[in-house]
Amino acid sequence: MIRLTHLQKLEAESIHVFREVVATCENPVMLWSIGKDSAVLLHLALKAFYPAKLPFPLLHVDTTWKFREMIEFRDRRAKELGFDLLVHINQEGVRAGVNPFDSGSRLHTDVMKTQGLKQALDQRKFDAAFGGARRDEEKSRAKERVFSLRSAEHRWDPKNQRPEPWRLYNTRKRPGESFRVFPISNWTEADVWDYIALENIEVVPLYFAKERPVVERDGALIMRDDERMKLLPGEIVQQRMVRFRTLGCYPLTGAVESHAATLPEIIAEMRGSRSSERQGRVIDHDGSGSMEQKKQEGYF
Amino acid sequence: MSALVQEAASTLTSPSLLRFFTCGSVDDGKSTLIGRLLYDSKSVFEDQLGTLDKDSKKFGTQGENLDFALLVDGLSAEREQGITIDVAYRYFSTPRRSFIVADTPGHEQYTRNMATGASTADLAVILIDARKGILPQTRRHSFIVSMLRVRRVVLAINKMDLVGYAQDVFERIIAEYRVAAAGLGFATIECVPISARDGDNVTARSSNMPWYNGPVLLDYLETVDVSAGSAADGAFRLPVQWVNRPNLDFRGFAGTIVSGVVRRGDEIVAQPSGRRSRVARIVTQDGDLEEAGAEQAVTLTLADEVDVSRGDVIVAANDRIAPRRQVKAHLIWMVEQPEGAGRDYVVKLATASANATISALHHAIDIHTFEPKKAEALRMNEIGLATLSFDKPLVTTDYAENRDLGGFILIDKFTNMTAGIGMIDSRANVLLSTAPVVDETLSQRIERLRVGFAHRRGEPGSLRRHHFNKTASWRAVSGLLIFAIALLATGHFGAALAVAVLDLLLRPWLRSAHERFWKKSAPDSDGLDSGAGI
Repeated sequence: MIRLTHLQKLEAESIHVFREVVATCENPVMLWSIGKDSAVLLHLALKAFYPAKLPFPLLHVDTTWKFREMIEFRDRRAKELGFDLLVHINQEGVRAGVNPFDSGSRLHTDVMKTQGLKQALDQRKFDAAFGGARRDEEKSRAKERVFSLRSAEHRWDPKNQRPEPWRLYNTRKRPGESFRVFPISNWTEADVWDYIALENIEVVPLYFAKERPVVERDGALIMRDDERMKLLPGEIVQQRMVRFRTLGCYPLTGAVESHAATLPEIIAEMRGSRSSERQGRVIDHDGSGSMEQKKQEGYF
Repeated sequence: MSALVQEAASTLTSPSLLRFFTCGSVDDGKSTLIGRLLYDSKSVFEDQLGTLDKDSKKFGTQGENLDFALLVDGLSAEREQGITIDVAYRYFSTPRRSFIVADTPGHEQYTRNMATGASTADLAVILIDARKGILPQTRRHSFIVSMLRVRRVVLAINKMDLVGYAQDVFERIIAEYRVAAAGLGFATIECVPISARDGDNVTARSSNMPWYNGPVLLDYLETVDVSAGSAADGAFRLPVQWVNRPNLDFRGFAGTIVSGVVRRGDEIVAQPSGRRSRVARIVTQDGDLEEAGAEQAVTLTLADEVDVSRGDVIVAANDRIAPRRQVKAHLIWMVEQPEGAGRDYVVKLATASANATISALHHAIDIHTFEPKKAEALRMNEIGLATLSFDKPLVTTDYAENRDLGGFILIDKFTNMTAGIGMIDSRANVLLSTAPVVDETLSQRIERLRVGFAHRRGEPGSLRRHHFNKTASWRAVSGLLIFAIALLATGHFGAALAVAVLDLLLRPWLRSAHERFWKKSAPDSDGLDSGAGI
């Protein structure tokens, strides 16, 4: 009898989900946020369809405020792995001058991320979009299905979710409706790092500790990635050994002080940590129901 | 493969995975128990505790203390109403094991969510409030657990602090439960007295209950072996999920193995076509494998050009699994639109889909007595036995043999909702037949009569068998009496024998006709089979 490890079981389950989408949906796409979860997602997708090439493109919704290192990583990996990369920027938002400093995190996220995503999905008529969300990240995610049905307006209805018994997914939908599909739903942050170490998956260097220019603002350490971040009176840019547990728009992503510069060090630090990875996310702290609300509005 | 497994096992701290689910009545403290497990295994972080602290003061039921239930009740509506509505999945790990927990709602109107949570579980934790003992809910949950073939049960008797940690309360509940669970087919029932709120016997041994010598809940969950009788032992079966054809030279059949082991060179059969071939390669991105087993997602190539597509099942050459167009199955109804015989659905079973018709709804289960009752339709959260017909043959087994090839969903063609979930059971007794199976063949009719008779006769040693024997002997005695009277009256042996035989044959029929006549005017049919009319 072949006994599978915990990670091998998770891997097999994710591959099963990828194949189910490709076998039953017409026009899938994979959302690529360039973070560690996306790196695992991409790795699993390549495995699921080997030796065929990825049967769908990757989509990055660029808010124009991502870390520069993320964009470099994105373009380099796309070239190396030879997949089809789509980049979408909400031009209406850019024209309206929406940004995280003046517009506030909530409006910025809604316009540049949620609306941008909806535009991209609508323009190309994608009927299924893979995302790297995990159920252990946040309370309302814990109740989301692997196949999350969205209306033609991309809304999520938490009270009307389809049951997912065994390995069976109901993939039927009406024209205009679509699925958000989460192949790594059952993975935890620890699983993701263990898998990255085990499979030797390349991730953005921002996850590793290094001296970086940071500003202390509202209790968070914000890396000043470019000149667009204006310093407030009394603020100074300091060089500190920091790293990031999640990656997003740089003005909205808090760094943590750390000396963990290698994968084993990161894993050791994470196991000893007493705060969740989303702690650094400024946008999650608008009240404990805020993720649920954003998701109903069409956020991933 | 084995080298890879060893490498993975040595690299990782958590070598195995246990999926379990928790159920119990409202306020038995399920969410509190999971919150406690997460907290004690350090799977809850400080910032989440900050939110918890805020929420505890706003919605909590524990005064100034942290209300662990608020860690797991994720939706706003749930926090406001203080109940769990939907299945929530939670994760924690210890150095010995990783756990995926399905926290399922206790209310009767959420039976469907509970069944979903149970469908993937290796083990069920059933919570009981020590003050209340076994409730109708406990019986109902145990019944559903048994129906979904979760064969390992932990009975967590919670709130022991509120009964003074009394051993006799614990013992009494266990004794009562063992009677209630007899006949549900559980392989093991482990009983643990706990206080989820304070953590007694959850992760650490309780000093309040020195009389308890069994394992602490977490220790048990970390060490229980759930591999026995799992899919890994069966014959090799792979439902084809997707055909991988990157170029003309490669044709791979991708899917997740649902049971058994396959080796390179093995002879296989593709069902339902019945075409034979050999496994040429087991392809993965990490290199070809020599062998692969249950739960692995693989891609096979075959030695011959065999036409195989999604929905087909590749099985070992000696596997006698056969495609079927008609199955008997237990259904759990998931939507408000009731189900009635004659409606059309799409069935999805493993990777195959077909149009399905419910040709007969044999009975519904009374959720309080577990007795079958007559039903015209299944409403939401109701359970029943039905015969389904498919418009093409599907490769299936009984659910008891394999969850993946015996479990299915029914999708409403018009709303696209998952209307019901089903578990195939070809040996299920048709207790009450409300309508004859459409297009029933002679052999099916004989089978139905045989099953009906077997049910009336009951299992050896059962009350039903006792009644059957009693009635049968009474029939023999009264037949003999009629024979004697007729012999005395006519003096003719042959005539007396004819009268006695006629009585023996006709009286049951007369009696059942008589019963039917009276049943029509009965105020409320209880659906119970009196055992008469044999």
